[in-house]
Amino acid sequence: MRFIVLVQHTPDVYDSKPREADLAVMGAFNDEMVKAGVMLDAAGLVSPAKGTRIDFSRGAKPRVTDGPFTEAKEIVAGFWLIEAKSQEEAVAWMRRAPFDKMHDHAAIEIRRLMVDEDFE
Amino acid sequence: MRFMVLVKATKNSEAGKMPTPEGLALMDDFNQELIKGGLTVLDGGGLVPSSKGTRIKFSGGKTTVVDGPFTEAKELVAGYCLIEATSQDEVVDWMRRAPFGKIDGEAEVEIRRLFGAEDFA
Amino acid sequence: MSASETHSAIEAICRIESTKLIGALTRMVRDLDLAEELAQDAFVEALEQWPVSGVPRNTGAWLMTTAKRRAIDRLRRNARLQQKYETLGVDLAVFSSDGDPADGADGIEDDVLRLMFIACHPVLSREARVALTLRLLGGLTTAEIAQAFLVPEATIAQRIVRAKRTLAAAHVPFEVPNPEERNARLASILEIIYLIFNEGYAATAGSTWVRADLCADALRLGRMLAELAPSECEAHGLVALMEIQASRFRARTGANGEPILLLDQDRSRWDRASIRRGIAALERAELHGTLGPYALQASIAACHARAFRAEETDWMRIVALYDALAELQPSPIVELNRAVAVGMAYGPAAGLELVDALRDVPALQSYHLLPSVRGDLLRKVGREQEARTEFARAAALAKNTRERELLRKRAGLR
Repeated sequence: MRFIVLVQHTPDVYDSKPREADLAVMGAFNDEMVKAGVMLDAAGLVSPAKGTRIDFSRGAKPRVTDGPFTEAKEIVAGFWLIEAKSQEEAVAWMRRAPFDKMHDHAAIEIRRLMVDEDFE
Repeated sequence: MRFMVLVKATKNSEAGKMPTPEGLALMDDFNQELIKGGLTVLDGGGLVPSSKGTRIKFSGGKTTVVDGPFTEAKELVAGYCLIEATSQDEVVDWMRRAPFGKIDGEAEVEIRRLFGAEDFA
Repeated sequence: MSASETHSAIEAICRIESTKLIGALTRMVRDLDLAEELAQDAFVEALEQWPVSGVPRNTGAWLMTTAKRRAIDRLRRNARLQQKYETLGVDLAVFSSDGDPADGADGIEDDVLRLMFIACHPVLSREARVALTLRLLGGLTTAEIAQAFLVPEATIAQRIVRAKRTLAAAHVPFEVPNPEERNARLASILEIIYLIFNEGYAATAGSTWVRADLCADALRLGRMLAELAPSECEAHGLVALMEIQASRFRARTGANGEPILLLDQDRSRWDRASIRRGIAALERAELHGTLGPYALQASIAACHARAFRAEETDWMRIVALYDALAELQPSPIVELNRAVAVGMAYGPAAGLELVDALRDVPALQSYHLLPSVRGDLLRKVGREQEARTEFARAAALAKNTRERELLRKRAGLR
C-alpha cells in the first residue's frame, strides 16, 4: 500500500528557518527509510507565498490567484510517499520522524493513496 | 523542476463520494491531453478521506497519534499530482483547463514547486 | 488508550524493527531459531507493557535490551543452552552489556546483509529460501506467505522449520561470504528476490490483492539490498528492472482480463514515478562496472519506458542491448526477443531470418510466442497463408484463454 504523508505546519513553525543540524537529523531519518526500502519520494514544498491557487466553479471560468494566501492556518510544508504493508506500519515509520528535535510542535497527516480496487 | 498540485478536499470527497464514470472519463481525457502536450505527469491520485487518515503530533517531546476525522483541520487534501515541467506558469496554464468544475462543481487546487537540486546548489 | 498503544499499532512497530533485531541477535547467539524466539519474547513483552507505560522513545533499543534480558533468563534456567552457547562460541558477556558493541549504522547494516545471505544460502531449496527471506527480511507472517503462494500455512511453517534445521546442520557460518564466494552468493539473493517479484507479476487478472503485494515486497527487498551492497551493479540493475516492469501493472490487462502486449499498451497508464525510480537505479548500476543481465534487461525495459508512443521506440538500441545480453546469458528466449527487435529495427525479413533459425530449438517447441512472432513477421512480408498457419499453431499452444482467442482471430479462425 502506498501512503502520502503531508507535513502540516502552522505559519510560525513554517517560517522558522531550518538549521544545519535539523537538516542532518531529518536526513538521517530519511536514510533509515531508504535503507528499509520503504521510501518512494520525499520533498519540501516552496513557500505558498510563491504558490498559485486555482478555483473552479461549474459554469464559471477558473480563477487564478498567486500567493501569499493570508488565511492559511496550516501550510503543507512537505511530503513523503512511502510503501508499507498497512496503515499501522506507515504510522510506525512516521512516528520516528525527528520533528521534536527541530520544532516546538509539528503535525503530519498520513493518508492512504486510493487504488483501482477502491473504485469497485 | 517538479511541482505538486494539491487538490483540496470538498464535502463530496470527504464523504467518500466517488466521481461518476463520466467524471472519471473527463479526468482521463484531461490526463491524456497533458501527456500529449508534453507535460510529464509523474504520479497522482486520490487520497482516502481524512476520516480514515492518521495524524501524528509532535509536541514537547511527546508523540501523539490521532485517528481521523480531524475536527480542527483547516486544509484538507483530497488528491495530488506530481508534475515535471519547465516552469510554474506551464503547470498553471495546463491545470486551469482541468475539468474539476464539470466533475465536482467546486474545486480548489494549489500549485507548489518542490525544493530540488537547483535550490541546494 | 490512545491510538498509539493499540495492539495492531504495537505489532506494526515490532514488525518494522524485527529484521534489524533478528539480525543482531543472530550475530550474538549464532542460532537463527533462538534469535527469532528471543525476538518474539521481546515482542510479547512490548505488547504487554507499552499499553501501560507508553511506547518508548527508542523502540529498537528497548526491544534489544528486553531480548538480551530474556537470553540471560534462558541461560540461567537451561544448562544445556549454556553448553550450546559455548560450543557455538557465543560471547556471553554481550548479554550483560548495555547497548550493543556493534552499535552504529555499519554494525546494523552488516547484520541485515548477513541475514540476507543466510536466508538465501544455496544449501536451501528455492522454496525454503523464498519462505525464509520473506519471513526474516520481508517481515511477513507465516500466514501472509502462505496466502501469497496459495499453500496451507502449515506447509510454510514446516518449510521454515526445516530450513533453519538445514542451516544449523550444515554449520553455515553467520558471516558475510568471502570474496571468492560473494558473486555466486549475491546471485542467489538476486534470484530469490526476482522469483518473488515474478510470482506476483505473473498473477493473472482477477487475482487477489495479496499477489500484487508480492511485487511490492520484492521491490522493498531489492531496494534494501541495493542500499546494503551499493557497489554491486546487479543489485541496482534488479531494482531498475522490477521498478520498470511494475510500472506497467495497470496497463497489462484489458477490461476482460485479456493480456495486452507491451506494444499495444496504453502508455498513459504506465506509472511514471516508478519509471523515474527505475531509471535512477539504472544510472546507479552504470556507475559500478559492466552491466550484467539484470541491468541489461532493465536497459531494454527503459528503452520502452522512454518512448511515449510505441512508434518512437529506439529499436536499434534494443538490438544492441540484446546482443550484449545474448553474450552474457545466451538462451533461446533471449534470441527470440532479439529477433523481434531486429525485425522492428531492420525490417521483417531480417527478423524472419533469425526466427527461422530458431524453429527447431527444443526449448521453444511448446512456447506459443515462437509461432506467434513468426506469424507476425510472415504477415509483414506478405506471406499471408503461412502466417495464418503459424497463428493457428500458436493458438493451440497458448495456455491463456484470452490469448488463445486473440491468436485464433489473427489466424482467421472463428
